[in-house]
Amino acid sequence: MTSTLRPPPPAPPSSPQQAQSPAPRSPRRRRSWRQALRRDWQLYSLAVLPLLFFLVFRYLPMIGNIIAFRRFKPGGSIFGEYWVGLRYFRMFLSDPTFWEVFTNTLVLGTLTLLFCFPLPIVLALLLNEVRARRFKRFVQSVSYLPHFLSIVIVAAMVMQLTSIEGTANQIVSLFGGDPVAFLQKPEWFRTIYVSSEVWQTVGWGTILYLAALTTIDEDLYEAARIDGAGRLRQTWHVTLPGIRPTMVTLLILNIGSFLAVGFEKILLLYNPLTYPTADVVSTYLFRMGFQSSNFSYAAAIGLFEAVIGLILVLSANVISRRTVGTSLW
Amino acid sequence: MVTLGTKIDAPTTRGPVDSRGYRIFRVVNTVVLLGVVVVTLYPFLNIVARSLSEEAYIIAGKVTIVPRGFDLTAYKLLMSDAMFWTNYRNTVVYTVVATLISIVLTTCYAYVLSKPQLKGRPFLIGVALFTMFFSGGLIPNYVLVTSLGMKNTIWAVVIPNAISVFNLLVMKAFFESLPSELEEAAAVDGLNTYGILLRIVLPLSKAIIATMVLFYAVSFWNSWFTAFLYIDRQDLLPVTVYLRNLIAGATSAESAAADADKVQAAATLQAVTIVLTTLPILAIYPFVQRYFVRGVMLGAVKG
Repeated sequence: MTSTLRPPPPAPPSSPQQAQSPAPRSPRRRRSWRQALRRDWQLYSLAVLPLLFFLVFRYLPMIGNIIAFRRFKPGGSIFGEYWVGLRYFRMFLSDPTFWEVFTNTLVLGTLTLLFCFPLPIVLALLLNEVRARRFKRFVQSVSYLPHFLSIVIVAAMVMQLTSIEGTANQIVSLFGGDPVAFLQKPEWFRTIYVSSEVWQTVGWGTILYLAALTTIDEDLYEAARIDGAGRLRQTWHVTLPGIRPTMVTLLILNIGSFLAVGFEKILLLYNPLTYPTADVVSTYLFRMGFQSSNFSYAAAIGLFEAVIGLILVLSANVISRRTVGTSLW
Repeated sequence: MVTLGTKIDAPTTRGPVDSRGYRIFRVVNTVVLLGVVVVTLYPFLNIVARSLSEEAYIIAGKVTIVPRGFDLTAYKLLMSDAMFWTNYRNTVVYTVVATLISIVLTTCYAYVLSKPQLKGRPFLIGVALFTMFFSGGLIPNYVLVTSLGMKNTIWAVVIPNAISVFNLLVMKAFFESLPSELEEAAAVDGLNTYGILLRIVLPLSKAIIATMVLFYAVSFWNSWFTAFLYIDRQDLLPVTVYLRNLIAGATSAESAAADADKVQAAATLQAVTIVLTTLPILAIYPFVQRYFVRGVMLGAVKG
């Protein structure tokens, strides 16, 4: 149960295109499908409702993205009225605000990756060196806690901590500074956002690493010790390679969600004053869609974002398979 | 960070004697980890202290983790707000209904996917997996849900996120780990697929179902954005959106900075709302934490 994130060896061919191939072409194929249906119809019947769910609420919206290429009238057809080609794409690509929010997205995404990816590894390694069981369990329990909070609550806490009379300003005035309205200052937004992400995700992020750490063979440490390796070198040469598959898998997943940086949290924390650093692609898209009612324009941006996300995850996967031999599928 | 001089030494030393450097490291490590604990817990304690403090002390910036000028006015104020309770009840109803639907759908699909011999299985898995990496996006989803007439109904909150692919994979991995002999024996005894699932498989899966219920329940309890997007009527909102509206109002008031009293009342009220919304989760947290951890690790094996 507590095994690492190993690529499942008999990997099911997970791409739908590939799987769709048993097209009822040859008569033999068709017959075997009929047999399968007759034998397993009860099993298939259990899959009907979930499949309907995926079809309607996951795949229909994907098709619905064609409104990015069509004129859309609220209340009209969900697939739009008539074709306009790439008009909306040209519009946002020549929109300076779009490039501003795109840059913000890259900066916030990079900062998040830079802090939220390595810190769980560090914390897991530190926890791994603790010998007092009780203390270790206590630290783990406490550090998992923020993961269970609603984003609204985290945002509300951030607001209280950074308010004029909040803890952050108590510290500022302790050093003789003047109170700062942190959430109104664009130059503070990135710090606030990334710290709250770290606070919320680092503890929970250690779980998989701690699980991977328990699977490392004790004999490897023994051998390293005999070779004269100290604790530090044991960590470097035994521990880190031992959790590398987990690291790579999580890195790929992190890269895939790179552009979708904490949309909900930013929506709660930003305001027009902090747009210069806080506004990201997804929040810009949200305002375009719901405040300016420009659905096709927003859909075009959304499609662009989703395609880039897919490309990122696929290429990260390919690169990691070629270089370190670990991949998602 | 925080400097707490406490050091907890391990009761036993195993293996060869630690080097001096490593002993120093262990002390530093303990201090760092205590720092992590303090930093993690501080915001909680701060909120509780604020919720119990008198406004004057909050305005003066005197509240840290100890309530100053013990005052329950804000609690009374919030408890007497009928809308707060309506929204709280909505959260409970949405969570229960959504979790039920999710569990049924996820269990059925995961069970089907766990059958290795099933024809078309790779396709069925692919249908689910693909949605992990590519989604329709906000706007088409909104257009769809609206055109289905689900706006301002409970269904907009509970249906569009009914199946989490991660949870689905966790359950599938669990079902695959069950010995197939039991089911085969039951089939020989004349039970059909539904009977096998209900009478053989599910009784063996109580632990994983409990984990899934927790996963779903917490995510629905915490969710706010779907309700924020699809529900305009205040009496249908969940409590998370109640809190969101409270803090959104507070920020605009703060930037105006006109009525200091009102801002502060809002700040205390916010603290109270945070406390009351988080309380159920904090209350069950110590008991359910290990189920979550187990679930995550089970998911990772096949993730």
